Parts: sequence; structure tokens; C-alpha cells
Amino acid sequence: MRIGVVCPYSWDVPGGVQFHVRDLAEHLIRLGHEVSVLAPSDDETPLPPYVVSAGRAVPVPYNGSVARLNFGFLSAARVRRWVHEGDFDVLHIHEPATPSLALLACWAAQGPIVATFHTSNPRSRAMIAAYPILQPALEKISARIAVSEYARRTLVEHLGGDAVTIPNGVDVRFFADAEPKQEWQGGPEGHTIGFIGRIDEPRKGLPVLMKALPAILEAAPGTRLLVAGRGDEQEAVADLPRAMRENVEFLGMVSDEDKARLLRSVDLYVAPNTGGESFGIILVEAMSAGAPVLASDLDAFEQVLDGGEAGELFPVGRAEELAAAAVRLLADPGRRAGLRERGTRYVRRFDWSTVGADILAVYETVTDGAASVAPDERTGLRARLGLARD
Amino acid sequence: MPTLTTVIWIVVALLLVGVYLSWTAGRLDRLHARIDAARAALDATLLRRASITQELATAGVLDPAASMVLYQAAHEARQAEEEHREVAESELSQALRAVFAESAQLEAVRAAPGGQETAKELSAAVRRVPMARRFHNDAVRAARALRRHRKVRWFRLAGHAPFPLAFEMDDEPPPVLADRGHDSEG
Repeated sequence: MRIGVVCPYSWDVPGGVQFHVRDLAEHLIRLGHEVSVLAPSDDETPLPPYVVSAGRAVPVPYNGSVARLNFGFLSAARVRRWVHEGDFDVLHIHEPATPSLALLACWAAQGPIVATFHTSNPRSRAMIAAYPILQPALEKISARIAVSEYARRTLVEHLGGDAVTIPNGVDVRFFADAEPKQEWQGGPEGHTIGFIGRIDEPRKGLPVLMKALPAILEAAPGTRLLVAGRGDEQEAVADLPRAMRENVEFLGMVSDEDKARLLRSVDLYVAPNTGGESFGIILVEAMSAGAPVLASDLDAFEQVLDGGEAGELFPVGRAEELAAAAVRLLADPGRRAGLRERGTRYVRRFDWSTVGADILAVYETVTDGAASVAPDERTGLRARLGLARD
Repeated sequence: MPTLTTVIWIVVALLLVGVYLSWTAGRLDRLHARIDAARAALDATLLRRASITQELATAGVLDPAASMVLYQAAHEARQAEEEHREVAESELSQALRAVFAESAQLEAVRAAPGGQETAKELSAAVRRVPMARRFHNDAVRAARALRRHRKVRWFRLAGHAPFPLAFEMDDEPPPVLADRGHDSEG
């Protein structure tokens, strides 16, 4: 099958959507499909052979923050050429409701189009104003995929219609086979707790964990907290009593391999996020590596943890309850082994072999009896004047 | 001269309205094409599910009672007239759920020669039905929203195309066939 994938965000900036697109493309190529990914990127960035650059994304203020977007005639022309030259059986676009490459692709192409909605922004002012413009483009999407039940619910509320839920994929084997690192493992002197995420992004929840740490250390004095992620380390421990600061180790940004080894090594993985999550891929990675998970009860997390069956949950932002749950888990090896076992079984549904098969099933459903993807001539000037024939 | 200017303005306005209406008609046309494609895909998945069920029922792998239940439901689903289709397909879903309520039945299918393949095909088929149905109903909803709009009704932009109807049925797959956490196949 010839598959065209559109990634809306810059290839050179790390992010959840980019990783998902990369892993999906590589999985499909391994299965023998022809895949071409269209993504914005700087000219200097080295790209894998299957990625086609759509030019540099321009930073513009949008929806309260600065977003890097592609728009304008030049980008639209590039998208059109890519669609024309690719002669795809199916087009898979990501995040079509943002003003970006994905929306341009939706506008410029016709034929079987599959769209994945990753995050669901609350309906913004711009979106309400743009709704009449957006709607005709979104109407072309033959199949919508939401990455979680939660994302699907928000999508249905904001745009109407319906979608199938297919979770994000994880290479379970990569995490399950990682070699644990001794210095990150707990020993007789105490256990280790892991945290991965931006230190200076409050929604990742490190402040909540820091607030809970004194109570955890009181009950289990030898416990060490390992923090992997970018940000100001001094500021993060500023509120912690001086004596406890040496129980926190900062590892900085870690490579994919070290991330897997860290998750394989720790006795407990804590995800204290306070919001902004529509899926929670890190929890799946932690479970794949066999780490018992303790997470805040965000809708998305609750779903990824099978409603609390595959990992423990605590109320969002409540440091005391986080501390109590962590102390209880660290003191109960039986419960941790149970979570480990259940998590390992539960993550199979997130493995690329399963997720990839579901995505291919969607492709096959929409291509059954439909023509292939082609540039949509009706969006040109001639069409506007009613001169084009279809 | 004011009359000429007025006339020109009226002509321009009419032209713009015409272009807008023709564009809307194009949009509607595209939506109808999408519904047709989605309906064809839905028919194909439903038919595939019924055929595999029938194959399974006549293979003699399951006990005779279960085989008869499945055969009857699959037969009804394939032969159903358009207006009974939703009911017949729902009954097939219920029959599949009843027969595969215990995982031992699935084990029996898998143990038979070539059974692994059949079990795989059946679970793919029952999982694709809800998928295809959702895509179809999503297209129907989009078309209905546009067709209810004043401009489409007043100018009869939809022509003689019938008002699209959603396909409503019980498409819940049997839990043993739908559970991704426990099955060994990918």
C-alpha cells in the first residue's frame, strides 16, 4: 500500500506527535508498505529517507502561545505537489484541526483521508471563527482516529461526528529488554523512585512530587528520587529541606536507551501530572519496562492504567495522598510484583504489532472500493469561479 | 447613471451568490460520494463477517447447537432485505457473543486444523464492523448537517439524492475476540 503521512510539527523538535509519526512510518515500512512523510523541518536537519521536507515552520502567536506553523501559497503548493507525486492509496494526517500542514493537506487533497486527533484543545476563539472554513476541509476526512477515549469524547463534543479509538503505539520489546543499571536500582539501603518529564513545566507535576517527598523520606529514609528531564535543578529542590536534597538525583536529558534502562531499574515510577495529557505514553513505556506505576487520576491516565487495575492512582495534585500511596507501595513488594505482572500483560494492546494492525485495518476500510488520493482541483481559483470540472 | 450602477451591483451580487451555491453543491456532492464509499466498505465488512461465521458453522468444529445458531444468524444476515438488515446484523452480533461467551469455544476453533487462521479472520472481521460503521455514520452526520441548512433546502442543492440514513445496529464484538491484552496474535 502507498501511504502518505502528514506530520504537522517540525521534525527537528522532539514531541509526542513526531515520535508517533516516526514509529508508525518505520513500522509500516518494515511490513513492506511504501511510506512518505511530509513534515516541516529546517533545511540543515538531516532527515530519514522517507521524510519529505515541507519547508521551515514559521513561529506565530496562536491560541495564547507561540506555535510553529506552515501556511501560505508556498506551503500549499508544496503539499499539492507532494500529493500529486506520491500517488498515494491513502493519506494519513495528524492533528487536522490546527492551522498547519495537516489542514493544508486536507484542503488540497481528495480521496481516502484518515486523520488522527492527538490532543483536543478546548474550543478556541479562532476555531469558532474559523469553523465555517474548517468544516469543508474536515468533511473530507473519511475516517477519524482518536488516541484515547478521552480524546474521542472531546472531539465529538467540539466537532461532532464520531471516531474510533486506537491508542498510541509503543515498542514494548525495546523497554522490556533494556538492561537495568545498577546505580539506578534500589538496594538494601533504600528503594528508587523514577520521574521523567520537563522539570520546569508545572503540568508535569514535579512540584507535587517534591511536596510529597519529605513524608516519603520520613517513612523510608533511604529512598532516592531519580529525575530525568530538562529544567532548572536548583529551583526544583528549593522548597526541600537541605538534608533531603541529596536524596534527589538529576540525570538531565536522557537518551531513549537510558530512559528504558531507568524505567527497568526503578522500584516505582511516579507520574504526578496535573493536566494537559490526552494519552500518557510514558505510563505505557514504564509498564512495558516492568515498573510499577503510581499516577494522578487524570482521565487519560485512568484509561491507560485500565481504571487503576494496571497501576495505582491518586487524586490530582494531592501531595499527602501521593506520599501515602508511595510509602504503602514501597513497603509492599507483593503488591509491586502484582502491578508489574498485570502491567506487562496489559501493555500488549499498545504494542506496535497490535496498534499497527488496527491502523492498517482503518486504511483498508477506507480504501475499499475508493479511488486513490489526488490533488483536489476544486480548491483552485478556477474552481472558485466555477470553471473547473470534476 | 445610478440605475446602471445599481444594475451592476445586483449582477455582481448574483454572481457571487451563484459561485457560493455551486461551491456548496460541490461540497455536498463530495459528502455523498464519501457516504457511498463508506457504505460500500461497511457492506464489505458485514459480508466478510457473515461469510466467516457461516464457514465456521459448517466446518463442524463447534457443537451442533452452536453451529446451528451461528449458521442461522449468518444466513439471515446475508439474505436480509434492506429494511431488516440492521436487525439481522444485530442478531448475528448477539449470536456470536452468545456462542463465544466462553473462551473454550475459541480454543476449540484454534485447535482445529487451519483454525488459527479462521480465528484470526473472525476476530479481524468482528473488530472491523464497528470501525466501518462509525466511519459511515460520521459521513452521514456531516451530510445531514449540511443538508438541513437553509441554503441547501431553499435552492434544492441536494437534487434527488435521498436523505442519508445512519446504519444503527448492535456491533459489540464478543469479548474474547475483541480483547487485545490477552490474545497471542497481532
